[in-house]
Amino acid sequence: MAQDSGTRTLISHAQLSRGRGRVIYWTLLIVVVAGFTLVFLGPLYWMVTGALKSGQEIAQTPPSLFPKDPQPQNYIDAWNNLALAKLLFNTFYYAIGAVLFQLVFDTAAAYSLSKLRPIFGNAILALMLGTLMIPAMVLIVPQYVTVIDLPIVHINLLDSPFAIWLPLVANAFNIFLLKRFFDSIPEELMAAALMDGATSLRTLWSIILPLSRPILGVVSIFAVTAVWKDFLWPKLVMPSPETRTVSVGIYAFAGGTPMNVVIAASVIAAIPTVIIFLIFQRNIMSGLTTGSIKG
Amino acid sequence: MTITTVPETPRKPGRPPSPYSARPQRTSLGRKVRDNLTGHAFLIGAVLCFVVFSWYPMIRGIVMSFQRTRRGETTWVGWDNYSRIIADPSFWTAWQNTFYFTVLALALGYVVPFFVAVLLNEFRHAKGYLRILVYLPVMLPPASALFLFKFYAYDPSEAGLFNAILKALHLPTSQWMQSPEMTMPAMVVASTWMNMGGAVLIYLASLQNIPGELYEAAELDGAGIWRRIVHVTIPQTRLILALMAMLQIVATMQLFIEPLILANGAGAEDSATSVAYLIYQHGFFQNDLNGAAALGVIMLVVLAGFSAVYVRLTAKQD
Repeated sequence: MAQDSGTRTLISHAQLSRGRGRVIYWTLLIVVVAGFTLVFLGPLYWMVTGALKSGQEIAQTPPSLFPKDPQPQNYIDAWNNLALAKLLFNTFYYAIGAVLFQLVFDTAAAYSLSKLRPIFGNAILALMLGTLMIPAMVLIVPQYVTVIDLPIVHINLLDSPFAIWLPLVANAFNIFLLKRFFDSIPEELMAAALMDGATSLRTLWSIILPLSRPILGVVSIFAVTAVWKDFLWPKLVMPSPETRTVSVGIYAFAGGTPMNVVIAASVIAAIPTVIIFLIFQRNIMSGLTTGSIKG
Repeated sequence: MTITTVPETPRKPGRPPSPYSARPQRTSLGRKVRDNLTGHAFLIGAVLCFVVFSWYPMIRGIVMSFQRTRRGETTWVGWDNYSRIIADPSFWTAWQNTFYFTVLALALGYVVPFFVAVLLNEFRHAKGYLRILVYLPVMLPPASALFLFKFYAYDPSEAGLFNAILKALHLPTSQWMQSPEMTMPAMVVASTWMNMGGAVLIYLASLQNIPGELYEAAELDGAGIWRRIVHVTIPQTRLILALMAMLQIVATMQLFIEPLILANGAGAEDSATSVAYLIYQHGFFQNDLNGAAALGVIMLVVLAGFSAVYVRLTAKQD
C-alpha cells in the first residue's frame, strides 16, 4: 500500500489492514472486481463473440459461451452491406469539423469574455449559460425548421455538414470550461504582452493557447465523442443515405438485416470511441469532473 | 481533491513584469471603442451560432406553437395546437410513461452510482481499472449499446442472455420488451448501464473533497459505517447530490432513443411511448410541426417547474 498517507475515507486504513478488516477488504475487493468485470465488460464480450456466431448458434438454448465455429463473415457482411466505410468516414469528417469549429469560435469567445471583457460581455455570457437550462428535445423542432430555411439568407442546410458543425459551436458548457481556464491565467502575462505591442490575436495565439493545451484537449475529445454518439439530430438533418452517420446508418438498415450482422456493425461503430477512451481516459475523466465540482 | 486547472509556467517569460502591473492606463475614448470592438470581433462567431441555433429557435418554438402552417400559409390559431395535442390519447400515456421512467431511473440510476462511488472510494487497489470499467459504456454510441440489449439481452426466447441467466438460476423468464409491464424496467436497466459512469466519476471526485477528520470524529463518537455515511458523507456531498438529481430528471424526461430502438417506438400496448418520442412523431411523421412545438413548450414548462422546486429546496438548505 503505497499511498497510505493519503486522505482518510469512510473506513480507516488501520482497520482495513489488520485482522478481520483485512479479510473483509480483500474479499469485497475481489467480489467487486469480478462483479464489475462481468457487468460492464461481460455484455461487450457477448456482443463481440455473439456477432461471430452463426444464425443457428445464436438462437440455440442455452446460449454458448464461446462461438463454436467463429464466422467472421458477419463482420465482413456488415462492412460491405451497410457500406460502413462510407458511414465511418462521414462520422469522422463531421467529428473533425466539429472540433475545428468549436476550437476556433468557442476559444475566441471564451478569450474575449475572460480577458478582453468588452461591454455587455457578462450579459452575453449569462444568455449563453441560460441555454444549458433548456432541454435539447424542446428545441429540436424549431431548430430543424431553422436549419431547413436559415433566417435572412434562406439557405437549406439539410445534408450539409454545417448543419452539424454550426449548432455545436453554440455550446455554453465549452465556453464556460474554456473561460474558467483562461481566468486562471495571470493578468500580468497579458499586460507584459501588451507592453511589447502584441495585438489581442497575437496574445491569444502565443501566450494563452500554449498554456491551455490540456483544456483544448478536453474540449476536442468531448466534441469528437458528442458527434459520434449523437443520434436524433444527425438523423434529422442528414436524411440521404450518402451523408448518414454510422449510428443512423446502422439504425436505418436494422430492419432488413440479420441481427448478427447488425450487432457486428454496432461493434465496428463502437471501436473508435472505445479506442479514444482508452488513450485519453485521464483527460476525459478530469475534464468531466473539472466542469462540475467547483461550481 | 479537485482537479485544478493551474497553467504551467510559461516557457518563454519574455521580459520581467512591467512596473505597471495591470493594463496600461490610457483610456481615451477612441481607445475604449477600439478595445470593445476587438472584444466583440472575437465573440461574433460564437454569438451568431447562439443566435441562429439556440436563442432564435427558443423564441420561434413558442411562436410556432400558436401558429398553424398549411400549404405554405401560416396563420395564428391561438391555443388550438395545445388543445389538439392534449386531446391526443397518447398524450397522457406518454406523460405517464415518462414520469414512470424518471422515477424508476432515479430509484436505480441515482442511488446506485452514489453507493458505487462510496464503495470505490474505499478501495486502495484496482481503482483505475474499476473506474475505466464503469465509464466504458458511456463511450459507446447509444445506438450500438441498445442494439446489444435489444437483440442479445432482451431476446424473449431462452436464447437471450437475461433469460438464460434467469433459467440457470431456476427463476421465471420474461418476455422483456414484449411485455407491457417489463418494458419500462428493461429500458431503465439499459439506460442506467449506459449512463451511470459519468455520475460515478463526479461523485468520486466530490467524495475526495471530504476532510478525513470528519470521519475520524464520527468514529470516535462511536458512529458505525452506516451512520458515518448518513451523517458525514451525504451532508458533505449534498450540493452535488442535489445538482445531479436535477440534471438526471432533465435528462430522463427527454427519454427518446431507448424507446425508439428497444421498443420500435411505442412498444407493447404503448408502454414505451415517451413525450420526446411523441414530439418526434408529431413533428416528423404526422407533418404537425406546430403541434410538436406546442408539446415542446409544455415539456419546457414542466421542467421549469421542477427547476423552481429545486431552487427553492436548495436555497432553503443554505
